[in-house]
Amino acid sequence: MDFLYSIFVDPFVQMVQMPDFLLQVLWEGIVGGILYALIALGFVLIFKASGVFNFAQGIMVVFAALTLVGLYEKGVPALAALVLAVGVMALLAICVERFVMRPLVNQPDIILLMATIGLTYFLVGLGEFIFGGEPKVMIANELGLPSGSVVLEPEGWGPGGSPGLISLQKIDIAATVIAAIMIVALAIFFNKTRIGRALRAVADDHQAALSVGISLNQIWAIVWFAAGVVALVTGIMWGARSDVSFALEIVALKALPVLILGGFTSIPGAIVGGLIIGVGEKIGEIYWGPLVGGGIESWLAYGIALVFLIFRPQGLFGEKIIERV
Amino acid sequence: MFYREAGQFKTSYEADQQVFPILQDKIGIGAILIIGLVVVPLTGSDFMITSIMIPFLIFSLATIGLNILTGYAGQLSLGSGAFMGVGAYACYKLTTIFPDANLVVLVLLSGFFSAAIGMVFGLPSLRIKGLYLAVTTLAAQFFLEWCFIRVPWLYNYNASGAIEVPERTGFGGIILSGPAASPLTRYFLVLGLVILITIIMKNIVRGRVGRSWMMIRDMDIAAELIGVRPLVAKLSAFAVSSYVCGVAGALMVFSWLGAAEPAAFSINLSFQILFMAILGGLGSLVGSFMGAAFIWILPVLIRFGMPAVGIDIAAETVEHTTRMIVGALIIFFLIVEPHGLVRLWQIAKEKLRVWPFPYV
Repeated sequence: MDFLYSIFVDPFVQMVQMPDFLLQVLWEGIVGGILYALIALGFVLIFKASGVFNFAQGIMVVFAALTLVGLYEKGVPALAALVLAVGVMALLAICVERFVMRPLVNQPDIILLMATIGLTYFLVGLGEFIFGGEPKVMIANELGLPSGSVVLEPEGWGPGGSPGLISLQKIDIAATVIAAIMIVALAIFFNKTRIGRALRAVADDHQAALSVGISLNQIWAIVWFAAGVVALVTGIMWGARSDVSFALEIVALKALPVLILGGFTSIPGAIVGGLIIGVGEKIGEIYWGPLVGGGIESWLAYGIALVFLIFRPQGLFGEKIIERV
Repeated sequence: MFYREAGQFKTSYEADQQVFPILQDKIGIGAILIIGLVVVPLTGSDFMITSIMIPFLIFSLATIGLNILTGYAGQLSLGSGAFMGVGAYACYKLTTIFPDANLVVLVLLSGFFSAAIGMVFGLPSLRIKGLYLAVTTLAAQFFLEWCFIRVPWLYNYNASGAIEVPERTGFGGIILSGPAASPLTRYFLVLGLVILITIIMKNIVRGRVGRSWMMIRDMDIAAELIGVRPLVAKLSAFAVSSYVCGVAGALMVFSWLGAAEPAAFSINLSFQILFMAILGGLGSLVGSFMGAAFIWILPVLIRFGMPAVGIDIAAETVEHTTRMIVGALIIFFLIVEPHGLVRLWQIAKEKLRVWPFPYV
């Protein structure tokens, strides 16, 4: 009975008693969710345009951030390093298209997936080879990102009617704003520009796109570059919250349940999925985690995705799967 | 050339149904067995046996396990590392509960625990397919890893949180595990189990069960219409695959590493096994051995081969270059031959068969 009480009643009592703490947890969840969503966005971009499930997106985030910090440490000014890092991502996109994607056209999905896992290995090795394996500190201040925090004290939100306390990191606010700007920019790019329309055409039907004169190779290079830029932004935001290290690779796997929830081809899906996963796992960890010894953040996201999948096998925003013999 | 079946006629069903119907294949497998059973133990140094052969055999076994699930039954899994962990922890608990039992029996028993857990996590596969299923196996991976860390009962409330292999004997007092076990004993233990399980698996996959797995892989709806029950086929694939992975995991700790932390069964292990399966060739047992040899032995060669030819580099750098080379080679092989090393081997055999006429 006590156990049932601690599962079904106690957490909610805590939430109502300390609404300021609940808001704080929600905010943390949303910020984490936005970062998951950004990683998932990179996956979706490439999956939409080429049907490739790009496993290397996580390591691209690390690699982009490492390039930026590494260049800065070599004495390049911060903004120049940013421009150079974008250049490196462009180069990477062209190389990937030329040496990985082009020779593997028309192979089954699993082979392409494996190739991107091979790419992951290669990039991990290359990143460690050039920049070393130790965690690095993101140059957030030099890039003009804000630091410090905003403290809100809403009346009567604390325990027993006392003033509440909610602390928002400025960098998190900046991350949210930048993510929103980037999503809007991507939406405009996809819907209004010539290249964006070509990208959508390729996503719809490769052969039809080819027949009206769209160059697949060019489109793939562009889409990998776009994913690289998204990775760079994600890397900066994530690096500013914690260090830039290869541990991020495991975190990037969390983008998978996000994608599952949102469907592989839907950009709004990636964002909504990211928020659900981010908020869900934070609330689960804080309110239910202590019951089983904590640390459930490492698998809760996958559990949430699993439960959703059992009821909707195609994800929340995915298209209905029709199978024919 | 040498590989030609001309003149070898099959006159009975028995002869037709043999695993190796061609004389040259029999000679070949015999030679490999002699090398494994006699030549390597006689000539190999301790380093060769403990650092190359034992891990190679254990990884081959794990790859066979994954190949059953992904290669034969077509269910993509990223959780094989965790299932190996289940086998290892189950074996560890069994040796604690039955200290006097023969280790081989315990290793074989521990596979059943991982088979049971594998079936539980295989249940979603009835509704979820493809990449979506990969995510549910990731759930298994991370959940089980969390259990290995957070459930102290599993590691006997050790202060270190790791499992350390106790000394266990069998077969009339021979020390089979623990620091005192000689490399040769451990090698023969692993080799014996690998041979045994490979023979059983070969006969499962070419029998009725294996065929139903392949039908599910090729087109599950069509298989269902013909009369294969997806529930039975998929869950049996999960069970058999996890069983083999579990045995491999138990061997990995008891015969190779000697002690293991939960991190030993992380997602990286799952990926390593998946690489071996895909590079070797999905849906092939020989391929599992080839893939394991490639992924495990190549880095060792690079690590020790580079200083030998005069390129002297720091150990750290070797680690990084190895990763880069392995990554690049994976992509290279996928481009050259997406069906894995075993396909290259088949092509070579075909060429030999028609030599010297390339266009028969």
